[in-house]
Amino acid sequence: MLKINNLHASVEDKSILRGINLEVKPGEVHAIMGPNGSGKSTLASVIAGKEEYEVSEGEILLDDENIDELAAEERAHKGIFLSFQYPVEIPGVSVTNFMKAAINETRKAKGLPDMPANEMLKMIREKSEMLEIDRKFLSRSLNEGFSGGEKKRNEIFQMAMLEPKLAILDETDSGLDIDALRIVANGVNKLKSKDNAVIVITHYQRLLDYIVPDFVHVLYDGRIVKSGGKELAHELEEKGYDWIKEEVNA
Amino acid sequence: MELKEKLISSFMAFENLVDVDLPVHDVRSEAIKRFESQGFPSKKEENWKYTSLNNVLKHNYSVFPKHDNAIEYNDVKKYFIHDIDTYKVVFIDGKYASHLSQTTHEGIDVCLMSSALSKPKYQPIIENYFDKVATKDGLTSLNTAFSCEGAYIHIGKNISVAKPIQIVHFSTGSEAALMLQPRNLIVVDENSHVQIIERHQSLTDNPVLTNSVTEIYADKRAIVDYYKIQNDNENASLIDNTFIDQKRESVTSVHTFSFGGKLTRNNLNFYQNGERIDSTLKGVTIIGNKQHVDHNTLVHHIEPNCESHQDYKGIFGDSATGVFNGKVIVNKEAQKTNAFQANNNILVSDKATINTKPQLEIFADDVKCSHGCTIGQLDESAMFYLRSRGIPEKEAKALLMYAFSNNVLSSVKIPEIKQRITKIIATKLGVNIGFDL
Repeated sequence: MLKINNLHASVEDKSILRGINLEVKPGEVHAIMGPNGSGKSTLASVIAGKEEYEVSEGEILLDDENIDELAAEERAHKGIFLSFQYPVEIPGVSVTNFMKAAINETRKAKGLPDMPANEMLKMIREKSEMLEIDRKFLSRSLNEGFSGGEKKRNEIFQMAMLEPKLAILDETDSGLDIDALRIVANGVNKLKSKDNAVIVITHYQRLLDYIVPDFVHVLYDGRIVKSGGKELAHELEEKGYDWIKEEVNA
Repeated sequence: MELKEKLISSFMAFENLVDVDLPVHDVRSEAIKRFESQGFPSKKEENWKYTSLNNVLKHNYSVFPKHDNAIEYNDVKKYFIHDIDTYKVVFIDGKYASHLSQTTHEGIDVCLMSSALSKPKYQPIIENYFDKVATKDGLTSLNTAFSCEGAYIHIGKNISVAKPIQIVHFSTGSEAALMLQPRNLIVVDENSHVQIIERHQSLTDNPVLTNSVTEIYADKRAIVDYYKIQNDNENASLIDNTFIDQKRESVTSVHTFSFGGKLTRNNLNFYQNGERIDSTLKGVTIIGNKQHVDHNTLVHHIEPNCESHQDYKGIFGDSATGVFNGKVIVNKEAQKTNAFQANNNILVSDKATINTKPQLEIFADDVKCSHGCTIGQLDESAMFYLRSRGIPEKEAKALLMYAFSNNVLSSVKIPEIKQRITKIIATKLGVNIGFDL
């Protein structure tokens, strides 16, 4: 589904990704871990199409199609979803309106008519119940005044509404208490199928107790320096990242 | 001949058209003298530093349109708020258009300035209110000198007017260039409530310059909500002079939606003559090309325990220019005043300009006054967030701009106006997304 070959990316001439290779197949869950500043969020943003980042080398393929030249919205239309580490507050646009615009613009791009209002409402109801989101919450301005946990839950609500092929969860666990973490993880697990895939970016192993990865990769200094199964996450939790750094620097 | 000279010499011709024996004519004669000495404002005046009238004054305007031009309701229906029942006072090229209007004398007077100025039964109101709160500057004096038509609205005590009142001025292009001087008088007695919608609309590409004066008197505990929809075509210019005199515990609001026109200047003045008065001034400006919109506001806090709330949002594209000059005066006696002012702007083009200037003159020592102005671009991280959800760039921009204006729209009390404005904004931004979901 997703294939990243020798990806180099920089922002304002500062090189951040220095040759990433990664393949994600349908039905898989990949975890990307690594110390602060290793390039985890940059990788997520580059896949989602953030324009500030310049891809100087390598390629990103989605279903064998090179998506380097596609705008963020076109990538979204093809099924890429990024759950933001820091969701942006947008006063004046309610969560519901935002989702309607997102869904209908995606449908428009696929040549489909707008989703009928009753269908939309039914979907909103189902997905918000799944994530235990209060209906009143949906008429509030997007992320404005939301707690950290509410913001993250709202991200997963958007994911549930948009049903992406590839979801990238960037530090979705930060700011969540244990109950919210469980709700969010259950939501993600319910959305999992053999046809879609998830990349979980996290600093800690905690979230991976709930969203169990098939593969764990360690990102350090802009490269994937180690890959393994879920046991690698436990090892990192126990030993920290210093031994990885030492291995790489040796 | 320069426009000023032309107008002064036209005054004699004007005197042949109106009844010079009416007391109001003395007011006009005084006014033309003031215009003669003051003329049009120039950029040398502090209040006109960023707005030059030179370009709009250069046309050879007709002052008296020759004939009535019949237009059919269906052709202009779209310029009305037509999905609700309203009173309408409609003018075509400055002349009353009875077939488009719905006036009333049942319990309230919603009718014509020409009747009010000439009929004896209105004389007490005219004597008490006409040209009393209006300032005596050149432009207002010019309007006063030629004042003969416009809307006259008088709401007696304890009446909540069920239907909004629309005041609409059309110009048809029957003249190569036309100058209009509409004059509105609105008197709302104690405990009464009225909602008014005003619009100026040119139906051709011929230049039109409207120099409008509206006097509003809100008596004790009166509530007046006024909406100005400024979405005229790009050869039409408007100088709107509005003066509001408020008495004790009255609550008034003026929302100004400026999307169209070549040059629009709003001189909006509130005078708080009593305690516990509330005044709200809000505006959304979205313009492009070489359009120019200038909001020049004044709130004069004269007595204690009053509030004023100003919130103006502007979005400027292409080579558009905007001005916000918000003056708040708090007299020494006006203790416990709460005066708030905000002016936020987004420039979406490198060539667009906004000049914003808060001006606070506070002479009382126990007050809460705040002001803030911002000028920025659309937030890049917000753009990426929206686009990453599948909302294309143009629509994402539109959504952010709409969201930016939403604070002002949220206090509009007539849903049909809100819908109409939303639609105009979507059209203006070139997108087809429903914001009002």
